[in-house]
Amino acid sequence: MRFLLALLPLCLPAAAAERRSGFDDMAPQTQAMQRDDSANPGMLWVLEGEALWARGCASCHGDAALSMRGVAARYPAWDAATGAPIDLAGRIAQHQGAPRLARESQGLLALTAFVAHQSRGLPINPPEDARLAPARARGAALYTQRRGQLDLSCAQCHDDHAGRRLAGSTIPQAHPTGYPLYRLEWQGLGSLQRRLRGCMTGVRAEPFAYGAAEYVEIELFLARRAAGMALETPAVRP
Amino acid sequence: MRICATLKWLCLAAVLALPVQAQPPLTDTPGVAERGRALVADRRRGLCLLCHSGPFPEEPFQGNLAPSLAGAGARLSEGELRARLIDSKSVNPDSIMPAYFRAEGLHRVGAAFAGRTIFTAQEIEDVVAWLMTLREERSP
Ligand code: HEC
Ligand code: HEC
Ligand code: HEC
Repeated sequence: MRFLLALLPLCLPAAAAERRSGFDDMAPQTQAMQRDDSANPGMLWVLEGEALWARGCASCHGDAALSMRGVAARYPAWDAATGAPIDLAGRIAQHQGAPRLARESQGLLALTAFVAHQSRGLPINPPEDARLAPARARGAALYTQRRGQLDLSCAQCHDDHAGRRLAGSTIPQAHPTGYPLYRLEWQGLGSLQRRLRGCMTGVRAEPFAYGAAEYVEIELFLARRAAGMALETPAVRP
Repeated sequence: MRICATLKWLCLAAVLALPVQAQPPLTDTPGVAERGRALVADRRRGLCLLCHSGPFPEEPFQGNLAPSLAGAGARLSEGELRARLIDSKSVNPDSIMPAYFRAEGLHRVGAAFAGRTIFTAQEIEDVVAWLMTLREERSP
């Protein structure tokens, strides 16, 4: 199994054996903060999500520890209702019968963190769904396209120069293992889309709007690239 | 990945060994080295220290994606340094160094930056003037 997973991203420069979570590149104090639930600020959102769950979701889904275990690990997934891929936050945000939640709102972040937390420690497990393939391929193209006034692609930083220092920051391999996560720089919880926007504005590129298909495409590509790596939600990052 | 990185530096060494097309000054006003130094150190304007290190003992966070700027003025001529700044890809098509005086051929540039070059012509001259003062291979 491990061996098969290792073969998956052979097309990528970073061989599976060398894959590192952003966690591995952090200072020991930040790692300790993530490891200890009583010190991890992300757990505040998980607790808020648990309360929202009890009020609006448990009636249908029951105990999240059973019904939501492993769900986050296989997102983004195909959404039959819209006929398009959707990420976990999108799935919760436009849930039939539940109140619509805005992207990046505290309620949506809390619920997404709570649901994803039920998969902590489980391997990222992208669905073998042929309908996702075209979008994932577009994600791969977005990842290697140079953009912005600085004319840099994601791959140039996260594949070619991972582990090196961009000013004071070690460039991680960009594995989506911890989202939504608490970022010290944000002093709050944020989604993977918020992180991607940050990397786009960082190269002085026009970011896509929250919820844009392009983000889900990149997320699909990143999930496949990180297949088998353990989920950490809620992670902490610098 | 390590291997890729090593190969890249080898290729880079080969590229740097080739004669680089030199560029004549962009303005009639000679550059001012002190202004150039300030631009290079400014993380919002020059951005150089995101990737490079250099003789800036007062700057704690310097990148290591690129060779140190120390000694640049000894390694390259004024015209070569200018060519490198105007459009690094004219020297090395795979370069990650942004073009500081080219606004065309870019994709999805942020609204605040669209159609604008990172530096003005005079700022290019200032930075070239400062780089020309870097004669020592090691940072003092
Ligand atoms: C100029 C280099 C650069 C480019 C280009 C870049 N990033 Fe990043 N990225 C970074 C750095 C540096 C960090 C870590 C920031 C920190 O720790 O403060 C990061 C963080 C990330 C993370 C978070 C990883 C984690 O552990 O949570 C992801 C995911 C990511 N980038 C994806 C992308 C994608 C996708 C693109 C292209 C749209 C991109 N990046 C473009 C430098 C870059
Ligand atoms: C009225 C019943 C009902 C309520 C209330 C409800 N759900 Fe659901 N949910 C469903 C059904 C039925 C499905 C599966 C069918 C579908 O995909 O729509 C589902 C699917 C999901 C999925 C996708 C599961 C997967 O395996 O892909 C998630 C995540 C989810 N719900 C989260 C929530 C959250 C969070 C709330 C509270 C805000 C909530 N649900 C409230 C009925 C409900
Ligand atoms: C995104 C990273 C990046 C940024 C920002 C950047 N450079 Fe570079 N620079 C490089 C790399 C990498 C090289 C090595 C040659 C190559 O790959 O093109 C380089 C090469 C150079 C060289 C020639 C190499 C030599 O022999 O010393 C000079 C001079 C130089 N850069 C100056 C600057 C200056 C001045 C700035 C800011 C105005 C700057 N660079 C900004 C990445 C960068």
